[in-house]
Amino acid sequence: MTGKNYLTDDYRLGSWFTTTDHKRIAILYFATLIFFFFIGGVAATLIRIELATPGPDVVSADTYNRLFTMHGIIMVWFFLIPSIPNTLGNFIVPLMIGARDLAFPRLNLASWYLFVLGGSVTLFAIFMGGIDTGWTLYTPFSTLYSNSYVSVAVTGIFIAGFSSILTGLNFIVTIHKLRAPGLTWYRLPLFIWSLYATSVILVLATPVLAITLVLLTAERLFGVGIFDPRIGGDPLLFQHLFWFYSHPAVYIMILPGMGVVNELIACYARKKIFGYKFVAWASLAIAAAGFLVWGHHMFVSGQSLTASLVFSFMSFIVAVPSAIKVFNWTATLHKGKIRFDAPMLYALAFIGLFTIGGLTGLFLACLAFDVYATDTYFVVAHFHYIMVGGMVTAYFGGLHYWWPKITGRMYPEYWARAAAILIFFGFNLTFFPQFVLGAEGMPRRYHVYAPEFQIWNVLSSGGASVLAIAYLLPMFYLAYSLFFGARAPANPWGATGLEWQTSSPPPRLNFDRQPVVDGDPYDYAHAPEPQHV
Amino acid sequence: MSEIRRPERRLWRPFVDLVLCWIGLLALLGLTVTLSYQPLASFNFPVAMTIATIKAGLVAAIFMELRHRSGIIRAFAAAGFFWLAILLWLGLMDFLTRV
Repeated sequence: MTGKNYLTDDYRLGSWFTTTDHKRIAILYFATLIFFFFIGGVAATLIRIELATPGPDVVSADTYNRLFTMHGIIMVWFFLIPSIPNTLGNFIVPLMIGARDLAFPRLNLASWYLFVLGGSVTLFAIFMGGIDTGWTLYTPFSTLYSNSYVSVAVTGIFIAGFSSILTGLNFIVTIHKLRAPGLTWYRLPLFIWSLYATSVILVLATPVLAITLVLLTAERLFGVGIFDPRIGGDPLLFQHLFWFYSHPAVYIMILPGMGVVNELIACYARKKIFGYKFVAWASLAIAAAGFLVWGHHMFVSGQSLTASLVFSFMSFIVAVPSAIKVFNWTATLHKGKIRFDAPMLYALAFIGLFTIGGLTGLFLACLAFDVYATDTYFVVAHFHYIMVGGMVTAYFGGLHYWWPKITGRMYPEYWARAAAILIFFGFNLTFFPQFVLGAEGMPRRYHVYAPEFQIWNVLSSGGASVLAIAYLLPMFYLAYSLFFGARAPANPWGATGLEWQTSSPPPRLNFDRQPVVDGDPYDYAHAPEPQHV
Repeated sequence: MSEIRRPERRLWRPFVDLVLCWIGLLALLGLTVTLSYQPLASFNFPVAMTIATIKAGLVAAIFMELRHRSGIIRAFAAAGFFWLAILLWLGLMDFLTRV
């Protein structure tokens, strides 16, 4: 490798904090998110330690409330939502479409600073004593009764929301305006379609969260009657507004993961994605239909039966485009030349875990079952299968897939495969017992439970320790590869896509000359063979 | 490598347009207040909503400069209103059908 790349372009620390290079900003996000993942992980560890026995051994009830709230807030807003878009997306989107940067590079940097500011304010609230409302911040508890630092934490989330909006805006404009010559919409990699759909949700939904949090704070601090019925408010209005954002937020988390899996499945099966246009439009269909289902979080809230029936029906509808994707991935695998490299192991794990998470979501979309399962561990297991089993698994898959491009180094394949298998095993051991616990009626958000639930809780806590080790493994071998890994060629996997046509790591402006696209994506019949480094 | 295209900077908001729009909005505000005191029975609500829609349209066209923008930008602005309509429609479905 000759010449400077984006990593060696300028070694000064200040050059990183003032950079407008999308690749460096992606690295800044990556480091920030690892920090927040660790904080959220510590909370999860304490929760699982407490739940290893039926009694209150480690923390008090109040501390437990603050722990699961901290876990939820940090993981949702400061890890899951920004994870793939702001790290892999930030790095890869301009490269994938043959652009030199995002459309608004300075806005991109501003987005990171807003994220850090929002995260810092939220951490301040946590370290001052935390909040005890749960990540859903339901009124009237959050507005009237909670004595914790609700307003401060809400301010942090509010600020971080603007980071999301700016990122979504940047991606939408970039994808519309900066595509390479010849790169028509149906030639775009499906990762771009997924991130485009994600960005639409970010831009349309996040402002609703922002105004909801402002209203919550207005009522909490100034007694403005919005949610409190004693002063003219409606307590369900908060849930409507909150879930109008927070259900689509589930798709903010999972759509980028689906985008990553498209790239992995095609590359490691050496085939075109089956039904490309269906998969592409399924992303937008999920983004649109995802806005019509929020009421399924409110079946037992006092919401009208008519509304519940409509939301239940809509929730079944949104499963259709998700199922299209799963069927098309499996059809792509059919008769493919499958290689079980680490990224592919993550992709296959994603398909299985997401399918379990999705199907149990259909259980919960049924009114009769949901009334029984609401606020039990069945719900906890369901959404962790989507968000952790799905999103985090896809994130690790994408991280390994693009690691040579990002760092210019190869990672040790043996360890990577071991970690992928361990994550799959640890995840299922952690969360599958929670389906059983939920079906048997164990409620969520309590630090004590009936003794007959202990065996499943012990299995879950044991699985969590396996999962923790499995998540730590990549940190070690990826850090090792940064210094001792073999130099990565431009295209080690023999993948299609413009990002593989430039050097690893890419130069400051991504390409030495403007790439031109003259064919369909995923043309693996004419792709170069993978290189064994 | 082609340069990133930068749109030509143009002043879309001449001072007179802004002032006229502002006066128009104030006039509509006055009309809203006046009509709210008139005994129009069940027509009070639709009349108020119609005036509010005109006000929102003026803000979108003049202050948000949508009258000078291309189809794709207008489509995104329309999407914002459409999504707001979804929020109101499905949200009201609960409030209006509670027993």
